[in-house]
Amino acid sequence: MSDHSPVTDWVHDFDHTDPRWTENPYPIWDELRAASPVVHTERYLGCYMPTTFEAVKQVAYDTEHFSSRRVVVRNARPEVIPSPPITSDPPQHKPAKQLLLPPFTPDAMKKLEPRVRAICNELIDGFIDEGGCDAAARYSKYIPVRAIAHMLGIPEDDSDRFIKWIHEILELGIKDEAILMNAVHEMMAYFGGHIERRKTEPTDDLISTLMNARDQNGQPLPDMHVQGTLRLLLIAGIDTTWSAIGSSLWHLARTPADRERLLAEPALLPSAVEEFLRAFAPVTMAREVMKETEIGGCPIKPGNMVLLSFPAANRDPTVFPDADKVVIDRKQNPHAAFGLGIHRCVGSNLARMEMTVAIEEWLRRIPDFRLDPAGKVTWSEGTVRGPRQLPVLFGKA
Amino acid sequence: MSGKLRVRVDQDKCQGHARCKSLAPELFELDAFGNAHEVGDGTVPAGLEDKAWLAQSNCPEIAIEVIEE
Repeated sequence: MSDHSPVTDWVHDFDHTDPRWTENPYPIWDELRAASPVVHTERYLGCYMPTTFEAVKQVAYDTEHFSSRRVVVRNARPEVIPSPPITSDPPQHKPAKQLLLPPFTPDAMKKLEPRVRAICNELIDGFIDEGGCDAAARYSKYIPVRAIAHMLGIPEDDSDRFIKWIHEILELGIKDEAILMNAVHEMMAYFGGHIERRKTEPTDDLISTLMNARDQNGQPLPDMHVQGTLRLLLIAGIDTTWSAIGSSLWHLARTPADRERLLAEPALLPSAVEEFLRAFAPVTMAREVMKETEIGGCPIKPGNMVLLSFPAANRDPTVFPDADKVVIDRKQNPHAAFGLGIHRCVGSNLARMEMTVAIEEWLRRIPDFRLDPAGKVTWSEGTVRGPRQLPVLFGKA
Repeated sequence: MSGKLRVRVDQDKCQGHARCKSLAPELFELDAFGNAHEVGDGTVPAGLEDKAWLAQSNCPEIAIEVIEE
């Protein structure tokens, strides 16, 4: 089923890769939410989408009826490729996740912060004298990829290769299984080499942490588990935060008042970061229906996927007054940008630190900037949404 | 309403978003896995009442209880 003809009826035939959704999904989500707490499309071999915060939360909390074994809605249902813990259901989920939590606590992130600050400044040094730049292609794109490479202990210089895999797995791979599987196999070969090398020369990084981990029976994790988790950390650590930083800069480029406020009141940055996460949450996940159930009065049948849109939940006006306004000092903001329930993003503290440092350093060095009227902002498609081209000019207009 | 406040984190609900710790570091601490616990017995010192309510209203999992004693 590879029909991606233009959508004429969003409520009964939605497609999250339609160019209009990619460009501006918010009015579409409003239309879906007004129609029903859960909508369905025959595309993607059958897929539901919960449209309200409450319905999204119910699906996220219900691991009995909704499996995480497939976390991306694709044209096909390719073989399940485990990347624990994101693709794990209870009871396997908890031990796999516990292993990853200590290296990603806020305190652990403080130690990484100087490296991220240095990366931001190296990148800014590369374009600050040019009067403008593509802030997505030359700034936001390279901060998370280099930070996660640093944590994993793989060369930051391989960043472009990692970015190619992400694009193939999360964007092109939605519609082309061969591209998806090829990228997965390339990643396995890449990490295989790094794992082998550490068997004789142990290092102090996340790859070694995983290789040294022991399961409940005191046994090392199988290579496939280590491999799956490494793929997850690399994939999840890159275009997500790249998108969040890019969307934040996109907003600030168009909103001088918020820029000036953040420069005058730097203490507002943490709440501004949370608001950017709410308003521009990049990540949409998926679940697979395993057993018949009901959400918001709507029958849910096995065999279908669920498009689990945390970004749409974050725009639900019954939970967030003025949901479509970006309010950088929003007081009540229990947003779901990092998911809800047991699959809360393991890298959330990393993402927050990267966003904070990236915005701080950009504003410190480029306090005034605006969208380049001669350029075009483009957005990624599908699972992760953020600017992929963000041409800006420096200085006041 | 004029009584003392106490905060409590429901360990079954907390998923480690760490919003409470960032908004009210005087009232919450994180364990080695990044999950939150109230500091001490959760008693909110005078002057920090607003932070207790703020932490509660920003928890995505609704895991924080503010008890008026």
